[in-house]
Amino acid sequence: MYKILLKQDLVPSIHLFEVAAPAVAKKARAGQFVMVRIDQKGERIPLTIADFDQKEGSVTIVFMEVGTTTARLALMEAGEAIADFVGPLGLPAEIKKFGTVACVAGGVGVALITPIARELKQAGNKIVSILGARSQDLLFWEKELGAFSDRLIVTTDDGSYGRKGVVTEPLKELLESGEKVDRVIAIGPVVMMKFCSLTTQPFGVKTIVSLNPIMVDGTGMCGCCRVSVGGETRFACVDGPDFDGHEVDWDLLLARQTIYLDEEKCSFEQWQKSHSS
Amino acid sequence: MAKLNLNRVPMPRQDPKKRAKNFDEVALGYSLKQAKEEASRCIQCPKRNCVAGCPVDVDIPEFIKAIGEGDMPEAVRVLKNKNSLPGICGRVCPQETQCEATCSLAKKDAPIAIGRLERFVADWERANAGAARPVDPPKPKGKRVAVVGSGPAGLTAAADLAKLGHSVTLFEALHVAGGVLMYGIPEFRLPKEIVQAEVDYVVSLGVKLELDAVVGKLATVDELLNDGYQAVFLGTGAGAPMFMNIPGENLNGIYSANEFLTRVNLMKAYRFPEYDTPVKLGKRVVVIGGGNVAMDSARCALRLGADKVYIVYRRSEKEMPARREEVENAMEEGIEFKLLTNPKQMLGDEKNWVVGIECYEMKLGEPDDSGRRRPIVKEGSEFTIDVDMVVEALGTRPNPLVSSTTEGLETTRWGTLVADEETGKTVKDRVWAGGDIVTGAATVISAMGAGKRAAADIDRFLRR
Ligand SMILES: Cc1cc2nc3c(=O)[nH]c(=O)nc-3n(C[C@H](O)[C@H](O)[C@H](O)COP(=O)(O)OP(=O)(O)OC[C@H]3O[C@@H](n4cnc5c(N)ncnc54)[C@H](O)[C@@H]3O)c2cc1C
Ligand code: FES
Repeated sequence: MYKILLKQDLVPSIHLFEVAAPAVAKKARAGQFVMVRIDQKGERIPLTIADFDQKEGSVTIVFMEVGTTTARLALMEAGEAIADFVGPLGLPAEIKKFGTVACVAGGVGVALITPIARELKQAGNKIVSILGARSQDLLFWEKELGAFSDRLIVTTDDGSYGRKGVVTEPLKELLESGEKVDRVIAIGPVVMMKFCSLTTQPFGVKTIVSLNPIMVDGTGMCGCCRVSVGGETRFACVDGPDFDGHEVDWDLLLARQTIYLDEEKCSFEQWQKSHSS
Repeated sequence: MAKLNLNRVPMPRQDPKKRAKNFDEVALGYSLKQAKEEASRCIQCPKRNCVAGCPVDVDIPEFIKAIGEGDMPEAVRVLKNKNSLPGICGRVCPQETQCEATCSLAKKDAPIAIGRLERFVADWERANAGAARPVDPPKPKGKRVAVVGSGPAGLTAAADLAKLGHSVTLFEALHVAGGVLMYGIPEFRLPKEIVQAEVDYVVSLGVKLELDAVVGKLATVDELLNDGYQAVFLGTGAGAPMFMNIPGENLNGIYSANEFLTRVNLMKAYRFPEYDTPVKLGKRVVVIGGGNVAMDSARCALRLGADKVYIVYRRSEKEMPARREEVENAMEEGIEFKLLTNPKQMLGDEKNWVVGIECYEMKLGEPDDSGRRRPIVKEGSEFTIDVDMVVEALGTRPNPLVSSTTEGLETTRWGTLVADEETGKTVKDRVWAGGDIVTGAATVISAMGAGKRAAADIDRFLRR
């Protein structure tokens, strides 16, 4: 069992847990993920490592309520324990001195990109961050990401905070401005990563995305997480989660994410019923 | 000499129509009366050919004799002396090609039903907990061994090393121990309660079980060796699925057998939504392959409510690697076999869902490297089967997680580890390996045999 040491509600539907997992914390690197299973009847879901503290022996995860498992997780409090917390899985993000790196985060992606931005900054890169949210009340970690950024641009879809619009607009302007950008890292919803990749492609700037397909084991034994990259089938859990965004078959990924829509709905409705009674 | 009794006591089984709709065990097991009757057929021949056919040297005539005499605690003691997982072996071992094939009565087509008796003894012990004679606790030797992977190879190695007095930690990547026995083989063939009971037995010997521990990620083999473990045994199996690499394979509704079976067995998707993990309930399902894994996948799909399940296999029935009994069970339950058939491509709709599978008819040519006749495409023979779900059971290979993070191991071009057949010793100092990681996908009992031999060699090494 893995105890929740701290719970923080970042916005009403997005939560942060610090979980006691000393062995995982010891090995964790930015960009890796854990598989979480709440209890005996729970499913295994991948959650990216948002931070880790070797001294405390803790690993931080951030998740948005989107279905049964995340809704159940959101009801847990500090002091309670999660049955399984497996990691650190996947390959760490590539950290080296590239020059100028644009870190583009959408929604909950800011929690995943912040440790990467931190390590890239430490490696001597100039960091230009673009942080997008649907609206101000869904925005968090502006300060945290800002701390590792030389420049930070915030967008909201509805204009309730920062610049009105989506992240691809400032990204395009940045690339057009003539400032040399050596690499783009985009983490967020699939559609956002897809359009970031389409935006950077004409400029020929290498764009790394972090894919989060449906997973079961997270260790390369089932192939559920298969994605097509550069025409080849890869397992996101062991070959990724980071891939070259210009080579990803986005439509396939989007389609494969819908496989269990009906079941997810059924499961969520049944959980709501049993939960309210 | 008494007259030979050539009437094997048949195994009581659930009716095919009924069982095709539930996940309860198909074979129901002998009663004490039936077990004694079957045991009484054993002529206790001095040649002990059956023992020679057993990869872990169970003293078969002795435990059968004890059953015949009604001394069940003694039967348990004899059996468990050599085999820590009898409830599992009694259910899934291919006895027909091992001990029962070498039984003196096999010549008369009526070998003793050793597997069924083994199962009976194990089930008797579970039902009469504590009745068996306890084994003497070993004297601790103060040596630490890390066993990686808790399938039959790892469980056996861990149990034997613990019995020899070593302190053993068993690392398992998943959230339960048992390997394929838990995530692959379905409940109706091997109830998970039985696997759990045998895992608990291994833990009761003093083995420390570390679940959720992916070696290579959480700690590498070298870190274990530097961290106070004097020896490491690798029993990580052959758990990475293979795909056919034909067009359309990533369509929605196409599973590897590993994914399908893991969802159903390990995550209990057959009880969704009581359990959170879903699986698609295909109505028209094609399973590709001819091994045990294909049979298990097909029979699971049927039990989940499919109207029609096909097995598509590129050779003929004779070449199918699945156990005979399981093929018969599948046929009885109504699964249709499309033999000498091989997929060409998967067809999808505009939403990326699989709707058909285009196949070739095949014919058999000359024998290939495996000694089986090579299947050849009949040109122009393409036809399409309408489906809404496909499961690919094409075999598995070792997961490279451990080999790619460990210096100094030697792998073959199939990704298996090179290890001495007799001792399991790899070319790396203080590292042994056994089971599917060395042989490629094989059998429970061969993995157990490898675990046993490696444990003996590790013990020799540690006592030096
Ligand atoms: C569906 C199916 C049906 C089968 N039916 C039969 C049958 O009827 N009869 C029969 O004899 N055989 C059968 N087999 C084959 C048999 O199950 C295998 O040969 C046997 O389980 C191999 O044992 P093993 O211990 O080598 O590996 P496995 O059982 O594969 O166990 C390996 C374990 O290691 C763990 N692991 C892997 N990597 C790591 C890591 N890096 N760190 C920690 N742990 C790790 C895995 O999670 C797993 O638990 C079947 C196989 C399948 C898939
Ligand atoms: S999640 Fe199973 S292989 Fe990646």
